Amino acid sequence: MKNKNSVLSQLWKDHMGKAGLILLAIVFVMAILGPMVFPFDSSQTAQSSSEILNAPSVEHWLGTDDMGRDVFRSLLFGARISLFVGLMATLISIIVGTIVGLVSGYYRSIISVILMRITDVFLAIPVLPLIIVLAAVFGQSIFITIMVIGLTSWPSTARIVRSQVLSIRERMYIERIKNLGASDFRLMFRHVFPNVLPLIYANTVLVIAGSILSEATLAFLGLGDPVNVSWGTMLHYAFVSGAMGRGAWWYIIPPGVGILVIVLGFTLAGHCLDEITNPKLRRV
Amino acid sequence: MERLRIIGKKTVELLITLLAIATFNFVLFRVLPGNPLTLIARAGHLTEEMVHNIESIFGLDKSLWEQYFIYLKNIATGQFGISITYRRPVAEVIGERFGNTLILLAAATVIVIVVGIGLGIVAAKRRGTKADRSLVVASMIGWSLPTFWTGLMMIIVFSVSLHWLPVSGITTPGAFYANGWEHFADVARHLVLPTISLVIVDMAQFFLVTRTSLVEVMTEDYMLTAKGKGLSSNKALWRYALPNAMLPIITTLTLYVCLVIGGAIQVETVFSYPGMGMLMYDAVLKRDYPILEASFFILAGVTILSNFISDIIYMYIDPRVKSL
Repeated sequence: MKNKNSVLSQLWKDHMGKAGLILLAIVFVMAILGPMVFPFDSSQTAQSSSEILNAPSVEHWLGTDDMGRDVFRSLLFGARISLFVGLMATLISIIVGTIVGLVSGYYRSIISVILMRITDVFLAIPVLPLIIVLAAVFGQSIFITIMVIGLTSWPSTARIVRSQVLSIRERMYIERIKNLGASDFRLMFRHVFPNVLPLIYANTVLVIAGSILSEATLAFLGLGDPVNVSWGTMLHYAFVSGAMGRGAWWYIIPPGVGILVIVLGFTLAGHCLDEITNPKLRRV
Repeated sequence: MERLRIIGKKTVELLITLLAIATFNFVLFRVLPGNPLTLIARAGHLTEEMVHNIESIFGLDKSLWEQYFIYLKNIATGQFGISITYRRPVAEVIGERFGNTLILLAAATVIVIVVGIGLGIVAAKRRGTKADRSLVVASMIGWSLPTFWTGLMMIIVFSVSLHWLPVSGITTPGAFYANGWEHFADVARHLVLPTISLVIVDMAQFFLVTRTSLVEVMTEDYMLTAKGKGLSSNKALWRYALPNAMLPIITTLTLYVCLVIGGAIQVETVFSYPGMGMLMYDAVLKRDYPILEASFFILAGVTILSNFISDIIYMYIDPRVKSL
């Protein structure tokens, strides 16, 4: 954990890292405190058409949407959903990727060949069409979205973990621990895994960025959870209700800026982390 | 001989991957949702006799293995079933759309490669300067933009507010063209905004990889030697640095194709551009599974094929893979 603190302070010293951390802080505050101060109820729709797609006013800071709901409140709530889906999907992706990478790197058998083939197939398939068909068949809920994104975004992690394991496996001390009688499982998780961990920090942060973009896109294409309105879902409703033609910019710009800010925050932080943890890049 | 052997191996891998995707499709669309009859007969009440008839027409009375092999045979011969919404063969519907998507992808890819690599060279030559840093930050902003939202913003700015370019479609509805040139110009006008949206978002990868690999090559000893010999920095760049930086750039193609296909689905939806992406979006809304299934198979196939081609190009460029 001591190590983590120094990583954070190193991030803060870099211009790009600092910008990323600030953007992320903004979004986290929005997501955690926002809905407490300005609660949002997606079922609270307008009673009359005069409340639909109203321009920003004192009462509605960012106007109202196609169902007369407050866009500002919806935006704060959406931060929560986008962040939650992004983090949970990444958690699944990292767990699967790490296990696949560890197993396929550690064992020299047919299992590792098969696992690597599966990884390659996943890497070669365009992700969006894949998650579209999965979400279309399995249905629309926040749980399905998390599973679909998490279970399709692990190959990059698996690759990184595997290549690290391949080099660590050959080291002297692993051989010694093995001779002392440690089980494969113990060896993998107690001795190999901790050495791989620092290298997947950067990748993890970038996977979060990708997962949030995937969620937004899936939701925009009408495959989001209709109850837990994310930023992508907002843009879906804006698009199908013709908000663009009616010039309702307040319904289209804020959710998009939200996605941009959160993804950019993770991307900047991720690239910066990559430079810190990957010494080869440092001189560049 | 060595090259032929590698091409043979890659071809086998290509076929195995296609088989894996077909199998995935079969499991996802035939086995998981249960009997396809429930989809066809969503509306009415069916007598037992009708069910039997439909089952024998669609071959559902056969064993799952038999169904699987029939399915593979159908895909190999380009038969993807009948669309539920269009009531026509899926292959026919996709055939009408595929070309449009290819045009969009080709336009975006040419610009992405030329501009992405060009800017990468500019940034690498001026590394550490303000221009370099602004380009890196700009590319990361582009990378972080949701493609569909970029398209929406394009429409708000250039179509709804400024009225410069058309909002949707691939041609002006009801337009009459005196000659082929006018037709081409109309299509080109419709392509501008979708293409720019794709380029803005998907260029970052090319730019960053070009920049990083050029910077790495430039610090190699042989570059110093080249300069020491009195070679101008431009000459050293084109003759030594770029060819050596080319390999990582070609590897990026795979990732780019995956990305740009996802991007095309989004911009086609936003601009109602009649390609495979909009077809998929409509199929999602109407749960037209045969269309979804075939579109996924074909888009994945295109990606894998371009992957295969970039592997072959790589092999011919990489001096380390020599024929024995």
